[in-house]
Amino acid sequence: MENWHLLSWTTFLPLVGAALILAIRGDDQAVVARNARNVALLTSVVTFIVSLLIMVVFDPTQGGFQLKETARWMPGFGGAAGIGYAMGVDGISVWFVLLSTFLTPLCILSSVGAVEKRVKEYMVAFLVLETMMVGMFCALDLILFYLFFEAVLIPMYLIIGVWGGARRVYAAYKFFLYTLLGSVLMLVAMLAMYFEAGTTDIPSLMLHTFPIHLQTWLWLAFFASFAVKVPMWPVHTWLPDAHVEAPTAGSVILAGVLLKMGAYGFIRFSIPMLPVASADFTPLIYTLFIVAVIYTSLVALVQEDMKKLIAYSSIAHMGYVTAGLFSANPQGVEGALFQMLSHGVVSAALFLCVGVVYDRMHTREIARYGGLVDRMPRYALVFMIFTMASVGLPGTAGFVGEFLVLMGLFQSNTWVSAFAATGLVLGCTYMLYLYRRVIFGKLEREDLFSILDINAREIAIFAPLIAVTIWIGVYPSTVLGPMHASVDKLLHDYQAAQAAAHNLSIADR
Amino acid sequence: MYIAVVFLPLLGSIIAGLFGRVIGDRASQVVTCTGLGLSALCAALIFQTVAIDGHSVTVPLLTWIKSGGLDVSWALRFDTLTAVMLIVVTFVSFMVHVYSIGYMSHDHSIPRFMSYLSLFTFAMLMLVTADNLVQMFFGWEGVGVASYLLIGFWYHKPSACAAAIKAFVVNRVGDFGFALGIFGTFFLFGTVGFDDIFAAAPSKAQTIVHFFGCDVNAITIVSLLLFVGAMGKSAQLGLHTWLPDAMEGPTPVSALIHAATMVTAGVFMVSRMSPLFEQSETALAVVTIIGAATAFFAATVGCVQNDIKRVIAYSTCSQLGYMFFAIGVSAYPAAIFHLFTHAFFKALLFLGAGSVIHAMSDEQDIRKMGGIGKHIKVTCALMWIGSLALAGIPPFAGHYSKDAILSAAWASGSTSGHIAFFLGMGAAFMTAFYSWRLLILVFHGKPRADDHVMGHVHESPLVMIIPLLVLAVGAVLSGAVGHDMFVGEENHEFWRAAIAILPDHTALASVEHVPDWVEHGPLVLAVSGIALAYLLYVVFPAVPSFLATNLRGLYLFALNKWYFDELYDFLFVRPAFKIGRGFWQGGDGALIDGVGPDGVAAAAKDIGRRVALLQSGYLYHYAFAMLIGIVAIVSWYAFMAH
Repeated sequence: MENWHLLSWTTFLPLVGAALILAIRGDDQAVVARNARNVALLTSVVTFIVSLLIMVVFDPTQGGFQLKETARWMPGFGGAAGIGYAMGVDGISVWFVLLSTFLTPLCILSSVGAVEKRVKEYMVAFLVLETMMVGMFCALDLILFYLFFEAVLIPMYLIIGVWGGARRVYAAYKFFLYTLLGSVLMLVAMLAMYFEAGTTDIPSLMLHTFPIHLQTWLWLAFFASFAVKVPMWPVHTWLPDAHVEAPTAGSVILAGVLLKMGAYGFIRFSIPMLPVASADFTPLIYTLFIVAVIYTSLVALVQEDMKKLIAYSSIAHMGYVTAGLFSANPQGVEGALFQMLSHGVVSAALFLCVGVVYDRMHTREIARYGGLVDRMPRYALVFMIFTMASVGLPGTAGFVGEFLVLMGLFQSNTWVSAFAATGLVLGCTYMLYLYRRVIFGKLEREDLFSILDINAREIAIFAPLIAVTIWIGVYPSTVLGPMHASVDKLLHDYQAAQAAAHNLSIADR
Repeated sequence: MYIAVVFLPLLGSIIAGLFGRVIGDRASQVVTCTGLGLSALCAALIFQTVAIDGHSVTVPLLTWIKSGGLDVSWALRFDTLTAVMLIVVTFVSFMVHVYSIGYMSHDHSIPRFMSYLSLFTFAMLMLVTADNLVQMFFGWEGVGVASYLLIGFWYHKPSACAAAIKAFVVNRVGDFGFALGIFGTFFLFGTVGFDDIFAAAPSKAQTIVHFFGCDVNAITIVSLLLFVGAMGKSAQLGLHTWLPDAMEGPTPVSALIHAATMVTAGVFMVSRMSPLFEQSETALAVVTIIGAATAFFAATVGCVQNDIKRVIAYSTCSQLGYMFFAIGVSAYPAAIFHLFTHAFFKALLFLGAGSVIHAMSDEQDIRKMGGIGKHIKVTCALMWIGSLALAGIPPFAGHYSKDAILSAAWASGSTSGHIAFFLGMGAAFMTAFYSWRLLILVFHGKPRADDHVMGHVHESPLVMIIPLLVLAVGAVLSGAVGHDMFVGEENHEFWRAAIAILPDHTALASVEHVPDWVEHGPLVLAVSGIALAYLLYVVFPAVPSFLATNLRGLYLFALNKWYFDELYDFLFVRPAFKIGRGFWQGGDGALIDGVGPDGVAAAAKDIGRRVALLQSGYLYHYAFAMLIGIVAIVSWYAFMAH
């Protein structure tokens, strides 16, 4: 199946679906909307199945890139091969391809009833978004990566700006400008890399040793882009606004996949290509991380808007990811990758949970709820499971990543680990406080007396998420197993680069 | 059998939890009780095989987390320590399940309650059968969640919700230490499996590591971190504040979780890690002091509480302190022995209290009770048995275990051991006092409740009485029967490898050789405590209120639990919200957004507006600007040319 171009199929199938949706014509808006929805759902499910085939073909014993596809694209530019169309996955990126294709159908399913205007365009935007996300995780060429990385912004910008809440335009602009500003610096860094190494091929760039002074500047430029995406404190303020204004499905993708792009950038570019600078800047990462965990957790505690609370918790959780990546030991890095996946599933599910009550009551204000368990026992159970996963209860997905990251950090720096572990306490405080105010207490508000429990469609959305949360919490080897080889290779190269730089600096003296 | 003992409760919990509304209340009760009954049966068989016959077993289940050098598996480990805990957990849990059928019969969500109880039991069993620290952490957090759910079971009550969160969060503070302890263990030993840690512990006794910016003995710091976890779960001084509040939960929950099983998890964990703790005198001394201080502190508070359940809760806290200082002087078997006997009589006391509350139409204030002993004779008798056992009157169970602990503390010969001994003696006196204060105020004297309540006082149904009787048998016999096995001369043949004690830690071995006053002291103090309670509450009933008025400061200090809650509220809770709000509005709002995106946007707009002013539309303005430009350029070249 090596030649089936599975990666390209996974990437571009959604575009085919989008084209089909554009072809839908009709006078009856309801029919058009329904057809658009069905086509989108079907496309995304098929895409997910195709992406599962990738896992079938994938060889977990190899650390390098697999399922490679190359095509000549711009042969005139640079190097022998020129800027090319190059795709491939390793044990790290393959999981994010799956995460993207797994979440998209759930998003489309969740927007039934929630999105009533311009349904056709909405579906198109989502499918285009899926293409860009998958493409970004598969791209093995610098320029191709940049294209996908930036193109993700466009559909997301539209989703927030068109289908968002009251302050959607402010949020959409903030989101776009924040992320674009960082990306511009990244483009400069990419050009510098190209002129230095003479190629845009990512695997070749990983083998290239950049001069140390250049590494510092390149690292900072990449950092500007990725830190905004993660987001790291203090460039995180776009996230709460974007989440609050985005429609539910938009929040799901934003938290589930888009936040992972920054961390993915770190592990694909900063760490392997600029290892010496990465080691030098690790204290900076740790400091920002500790501030983020404590700061955002405390801020989350006082939020009055459910989505904002979860958005702030996302910042804290993603902090674990960056810190784990830079701890540069197997537990830290694998824990970080695992945390990215588990956060992708759990925070997505939490946003869907908020969406459930928002669809019914059209408010996200925590104080407007209370005592929901009386009317919605099933919902209370679902919400409880994801709350517990979010606070890192062992046996759920949330635990494994957090635990491994902390363990990795402890070996790197005990103080950082100790500060980070305060997140264990703070994290459970704000989540349980949220749960209590929404689900427990007396059912007092009259408009809640007739609220309905989750229906079959919503159960169908949550069931796979619950299954994954518990499955990878109890048996994380499913995910960790195929990661080992790639992470080992990454760390091996990283250590070798440190040693080489060390020898070099001794030789200089 | 080994798998069934752990997973039957989980099965029961899932069935009752997910399908409770389909199969109905009765079926949920039957399913969960059957699951627990079978589990208890398995536990008895396992006790025979593992503890009596001496065949330790480890059942591997599945790989859990594998990353780099870290290899954690799901595995069930059965040795004597586990077997003892299995007996305690499954039997008490079974009794509580059965009791709950009667106690909760008027509740609206019986399946949910039964499901939570079974879920808790499963997590507790996972904890005691853990084969490595991480799996123990799984059980540890699992019981925490179950406890959270059960404390907040009556979610309509704001106080119950608050107590549930408090329990979880305070426990998490302990878990913070536990987690760091696990990381430290892995750092030190390169593994988290018990067997490997224990094998390597002696060789690492002198290892110095650089943790938290200073060079410290590795085993000491790791042991202390783990002990912080134990302090949280076992409500030791400083992290005890959640336990009294946890009484908001239904009474069977208090009996099972907050008396017999979950709160003893810390004692179990430290005993389990005995090969590690034995290597650090410092850690042991800390454990001794904290335990003794807790035993004393909780007893003082217990003397003045007015809520029947809170009195017993502080008593639990105090008894846990005993267990810890027993551990501190290396008398682990005595600690586990007390855990074992305490589980029976404390569960008995709680369920008895439940029976009283049931009889009194949900009244919990002992000042509003009195004289109900003749209406509910069985409950009264059972509470007496429980109290006799708690006070340590022979031949009841508590006598054997508590005396063993106090004697060991004295026999240890260390300063910390002696401090613990005296604090423990003081606590023993107060224990007897508050127990009889409670008995007298509740069952004897004149009724203080109104006629309406008194008219309804009735004995509980059989389904509630029978579990009480079973536990009472335990409260009477478990001490005498278990004594030789647990702490007798040949105890190491019972414990085998499950507990390690260094040869020069002889506290337990020399309990037989303590002076007479040490041996009989606890009994004398207990009897005088009872006598004092009799004097104060029967003979001279005016004295307590006289004392409370004249020693107002002291009384309020004890009544308000030494003001721990107020202190924590002031130090942590309120600042957290205040700082959070400050960060949000000041940090995110004013500073980052104000200077960052919003500031830049505003500046851009402002500059744009100013620049736009230049475009006035008048030709002569533009012409004038051009003229200035030309003059400037020409003069520039004119001067530069020379």
